[in-house]
Amino acid sequence: MTVIPALSRRILTHPALPANPFPYSAGSVLSVADLTLEDVSQILALATELERENPLERDKRLAKRKIALLFYESSTRTRTSFELAAKALGVDTTLVSSLSSSIEKGETLKDTGLTLRALGAEAIILRHPNSGAPWLLERETRLPVLNAGDGMHEHPSQGLLDLRTMLNHLRPGVETVAADTLAGVTVTICGDILHSRVARSNMLLLPRLGARVVLCGPAALLPEVAAQAAPGVEIERDFGRAMERSQIVMMLRIQAERLAGLQLDLEEYKAGYQLSVERLAAHAPGALAMHPGPIIRGLEITAEVADGPRSLILEQVHHGVAIRMALVLRALTLGEKEAAR
Amino acid sequence: MSPLVGTLVIKGGHLIDPAAGVDGLKDLVLRDGRVAEIVAPGKAKLANGAEVIDATGLTVAPGLVDIHVHLREPGQGHKETIATGTRAAAAGGFTAVAAMPNTTPTNDSPEITRWMQAPERGASVRVFPIGAATRALKGEVLNDYAALKAAGAVAVTDDGHPILKDNIMREVLLNATRNGLSVIQHAEDTRVTQGASMNAGMVAFRLGLRGMPPEAEYGLVERDIRLVTELVHAGVGKAGAQPHLHVAHTSTAQAVAAVRQARRNGLRVTCEVAPHHFLLTEEHVGWYDTHAKMNPPLRSAADRDAMIQGILDGVVDAIATDHAPHAVHEKEVEFERAPNGITGLETALGLSLRWLHHEWKMPLGRVLSLLSAQPAALLNLKGRGTLTVGSYADVVVFDPKAEWTFHARDSKSKSKNTPFDGWGMLGKVRWTISEGRVVFRSESEVW
Repeated sequence: MTVIPALSRRILTHPALPANPFPYSAGSVLSVADLTLEDVSQILALATELERENPLERDKRLAKRKIALLFYESSTRTRTSFELAAKALGVDTTLVSSLSSSIEKGETLKDTGLTLRALGAEAIILRHPNSGAPWLLERETRLPVLNAGDGMHEHPSQGLLDLRTMLNHLRPGVETVAADTLAGVTVTICGDILHSRVARSNMLLLPRLGARVVLCGPAALLPEVAAQAAPGVEIERDFGRAMERSQIVMMLRIQAERLAGLQLDLEEYKAGYQLSVERLAAHAPGALAMHPGPIIRGLEITAEVADGPRSLILEQVHHGVAIRMALVLRALTLGEKEAAR
Repeated sequence: MSPLVGTLVIKGGHLIDPAAGVDGLKDLVLRDGRVAEIVAPGKAKLANGAEVIDATGLTVAPGLVDIHVHLREPGQGHKETIATGTRAAAAGGFTAVAAMPNTTPTNDSPEITRWMQAPERGASVRVFPIGAATRALKGEVLNDYAALKAAGAVAVTDDGHPILKDNIMREVLLNATRNGLSVIQHAEDTRVTQGASMNAGMVAFRLGLRGMPPEAEYGLVERDIRLVTELVHAGVGKAGAQPHLHVAHTSTAQAVAAVRQARRNGLRVTCEVAPHHFLLTEEHVGWYDTHAKMNPPLRSAADRDAMIQGILDGVVDAIATDHAPHAVHEKEVEFERAPNGITGLETALGLSLRWLHHEWKMPLGRVLSLLSAQPAALLNLKGRGTLTVGSYADVVVFDPKAEWTFHARDSKSKSKNTPFDGWGMLGKVRWTISEGRVVFRSESEVW
């Protein structure tokens, strides 16, 4: 068998890449990448408007409309705040969770979604352990879908509430965002980046407003390839050095449920990446500490920092309701607006 | 084959038979399932009752040979049957397909090997079973290769369940060589691909999916080549046939490089590439499109380019589809939960002509060779992949200039899981003839 030596011929043409047909519903939020900065500005303004509105008036906005919360993973913050947000607008909500439904009997996501639609759900809020599940649900049901966290992929409402929290402190009063709104701001995201949907939504969103995102963590939890995820994202393995550049330090939990056999030396991890009062004082005394929760006190963050004056953790939770009110209102009204045009 | 097959004359066509070095206007006379005569245009003596196909303006070539298909029988008839899979093959211009053993039960016995070839299966084209290398594809106990071969198996493999243990793989190579069988390896170190559903890299990170590193493929290819090298150094194959390692569906640049080097070292190491690996990249996973999920996965653009390069420069020995049908409901699930595989029999020729020939200027004869003569030679399918007198009357007649759009809904396969739905194709099959019988006739043909 003879082999002709490799040619160095250049291949010029290739098949085209597929076009993105998503989202099918204008009110869906599957990824922060689907939102223009104009969309983000509208969501921020709507959040403030709804937050300030008389609750009795607000209750009439979506009175007796129906939304299903479909949760395949446990959740405290996201589920409760979506539910409170929807109810604050007068929506009837129903919670379907994987442990008390036909999902246990083997019903597929498609069939569960179609069933909820047939029951009158006008939008679905989905939390799912598989990355990409909201795309499947939206395509099959053609309902507005709000991604409340899909696997290791995205958590767009968290990204938006984190943005609102940051703006509140760094750019008070600013709601209309542009490509330079966060110019000069550096946000360090530290910890289990690999398994974090919060990290992905933040690193896709913040650089579009001019912020730099510095990722920090051990190689096992932060592969080099993460730096290519978006322009404006870089890796700094030294936590101290990353902090020194940052106005915001966002800590992430180690996702034990997704480690898939990966062994970590927790003492070593804490020595390198735990956010402590001493570390904060030494490297970034002016920085603000954020965490999407749930926090594991004493592991990625000490109790003193979590409960301390630089912590925005509960403020983040608070912003969650306002942002999610805006997303729910958008989900149930934007499709109609588009159709009316 | 059936003695009832009469005489069929294909006249006026442009005959391309790369293995025989024929490239010109010829009339072809098929009789009793064999090629009877090849004559100058108009010179065929038309016996009474002979059927005539007017191939004016069309290309006449050896029926295509796909050495990597999953026909799903026995046991997975909801995905495909031997009847439906071979109808799809005929529609795609294929007249011989080699069927992988990951059926239910596994094809690890002469009984199942014979069952797959029985007339009751209703196959449109010739099916060559590939036997399981080890019992139940578990990579532990070798099957009886002599018995499998006697029953009609043309190679052994544990496709989809790579043989990881060095000592077992060595034994497989040794026993296969003694029995004159090729060993086909699906090269994947499954110890590092657990839970992964696409290529490792930037796209997987962005999509939040666990990735299969390229080294999972080429690492095992290199290991297998090392084992072949050791066997050859130990004198295996000195007297008779050399050990033959065939790497299935090569997808990484390094795996092709390893095969290239092994060949330079004089080893009988060959490889195939699937159309999706020379056309698509990990970016085609798009927004979790389960029709872009297969194993090996779609790789980087550099890997895709290396597949094209390997095809153009000759290190790649065959185009094989890895036709892997799955029912609609099986693919309509979360990406990570969807089974691997796509269909390919009806798009291989149209894509190869459209891209390899038209875009990348590979001569038509070489493209056809990769789809017929070379794969037939790899598995020693005698009388296939060529149209010399006495060969099987396996013929494809196609319009090389016809541009058309493939629609999955029109597929003859039981399953429609293809990423090429709506893609432009070049070259439309007009007739497929298997051992002298017309097994496919284009419906759009104007009579």
